Amino acid sequence: MAEPKPDLDTLPLKAQASALDFYYGDFQALKKIDMPIYEKRVTALIGPSGCGKSTFLRCFNRMHDLYPGNRYVGEISLHPDNVNLLDKSVDPIEVRMRLSMVFQKPNPFPKTIFENVAYGLRVRGVNRRAILEEKVEEALRAAALWNEVKDRLQDMAFNLSGGQQQRLCIARALATEPEILLFDEPTSALDPIATASIEELITELKQRVTILIVTHNMQQAARVSDFTAYMYIGELVEFGWTDDIFIKPKNPQTEAYITGRFG
Amino acid sequence: MKQSPRSLRSLPPRGHVSTFGRPGGTDMARMARKDIGEIRGIIARAKRLDVIFGVAGLLALGLGLLTFATLFVDMALDGYSRLTPDFFTEFPSRRAERAGILSAWVGTTLVMLVTACVAVPLGVAAGIYLEEYAPRNWVTDIIEINIANLAGVPSIIYGLLALGLFVYEFSLGQSILTAGLTLALLILPVVIVATREAIRSIPSHIREGAYALGATKWQVVQHHILPYSMGGIMTGVIIGMARAIGETAPIITIGALTFIAFLPASPVTGTFPFLSFEWLQSPFTVMPIQIFNWTSRPDPNFHANAAAAGFVLVLMTLTMNGLAIWLRYRIRRNIKW
Ligand SMILES: Nc1ncnc2c1ncn2[C@@H]1O[C@H](COP(=O)(O)OP(=O)(O)OP(=O)(O)O)[C@@H](O)[C@H]1O
Ligand SMILES: [Mg+2]
Repeated sequence: MAEPKPDLDTLPLKAQASALDFYYGDFQALKKIDMPIYEKRVTALIGPSGCGKSTFLRCFNRMHDLYPGNRYVGEISLHPDNVNLLDKSVDPIEVRMRLSMVFQKPNPFPKTIFENVAYGLRVRGVNRRAILEEKVEEALRAAALWNEVKDRLQDMAFNLSGGQQQRLCIARALATEPEILLFDEPTSALDPIATASIEELITELKQRVTILIVTHNMQQAARVSDFTAYMYIGELVEFGWTDDIFIKPKNPQTEAYITGRFG
Repeated sequence: MKQSPRSLRSLPPRGHVSTFGRPGGTDMARMARKDIGEIRGIIARAKRLDVIFGVAGLLALGLGLLTFATLFVDMALDGYSRLTPDFFTEFPSRRAERAGILSAWVGTTLVMLVTACVAVPLGVAAGIYLEEYAPRNWVTDIIEINIANLAGVPSIIYGLLALGLFVYEFSLGQSILTAGLTLALLILPVVIVATREAIRSIPSHIREGAYALGATKWQVVQHHILPYSMGGIMTGVIIGMARAIGETAPIITIGALTFIAFLPASPVTGTFPFLSFEWLQSPFTVMPIQIFNWTSRPDPNFHANAAAAGFVLVLMTLTMNGLAIWLRYRIRRNIKW
């Protein structure tokens, strides 16, 4: 990223968290988070374990609505239509149709490779074989998996290797053409080679989609992201261009964490 | 391998001298060796318990199996002479050697059919509701506790309930329908519990994966929860059915006849609409009642009939259990996470 960095105000916004609080019952896991997500950029979320990275990420697709007792305060607005994702009047299913998520552990359904990728489309009422086949191929190509599986689309997905399974999950998430891709530590269960291929994929994907990624791996954040957010105990400590955060962080806490001197 | 601790202490092992070359190194090596002896002692003692439990478990298992095998073989020997094709195609009779189990096995089959048709949809739906839809509050808690309790209610109580409700209140008569509904009530808790357990064994990350793609609750249930839990549900259903097939008390309570010399109307007819539900209202008898009836006769020839019928009933149960195991195997083979 040697090219000069554009002024932040000129960058198109894809989403914006404003004064976001989140509660698991009585426990407040997120505190007054204000953070922009820029369009077609990769934003990395880093911070020590338990600081609320996953919690924050899962607010974006209203995953917390699946469990009782969870409560959002504040808003996440999604652009261009500027709708508050967290508003009670917004159906979480509508939100999940616009944003896709890739989980920490590869979680293919115990179905065929084809059906895994096609599932998001089926949920949206697409059942025409020709359309499904076209979209599945497109998504598998985008996830750099097509060449490995094109002859075995009817095999069960759990027969793939861990790295292939994770790319399958990425293909599944891509097939529905989401506006934002949410990744929660997508490579933490993978070996270095599979990790490298996923990182490469993320770099390619940002041409077409906005990406928000949680990672524990500093090098990974530095390699794949444009922006980095450092969180600590539910608060956003620092947000900025990844180079700035890694080279000259403003906050001494951020610096301590990045350089591994975190206590 | 046997070395005295003394020789260990006096002779430092050759290979280790260089490793523990620093002052105090030999001391450490010696300590390590002594500890190994102690650890082996501990393991040996712990393993003795392993062996003792293994033998005790084997004995317990053997005792159970032996008792069952003895009963089964004894019954087979007693009833062997009666196990002819005629035995399955004859109605009961005053003459032991002419009596058969036709009305009993047909009755049992039809009652089981009604039981399955009622208990499976109700039980599975209730289980899915409790796991996937029910709000977590005290009403749900009370329902859950009660379902667990219902599974332990003596079967005759279900018979009394059915007598009051189905026979008198709804005037369904002492029919196959009444018996089927009664046994369905009896196994409903088993089906509900099995369904819930099967659903709970689906990992949450699979469920979340489906929701994250924008699926509704029902889509998740239909495309994921049901197919993935089918193996467990089937197993529960068949275990419940295997229990119901041998139930006597509630069937006697609702007033099943002990002597039936005709068959219910056929469910398939020659004229439109080719299906008839008249058989549901038919009086009936079932295998356990037939067995009970024959054992209570003084004539020992009837006891042979009872043994033969008992043998058939046990085979029916074993077949159902075998089916459950096979189904579970077939379905689980395609499910992995
Ligand atoms: N379901 C839950 N109920 C109650 N508290 C929770 C729940 N899930 C997470 N928490 C708490 O919320 C805080 C943030 O958790 P979160 O999982 O977001 O952390 P994280 O930054 O993703 O950590 P990690 O890097 O280990 O994944 C933690 O203190 C955690 O204990
Ligand atoms: Mg996390």
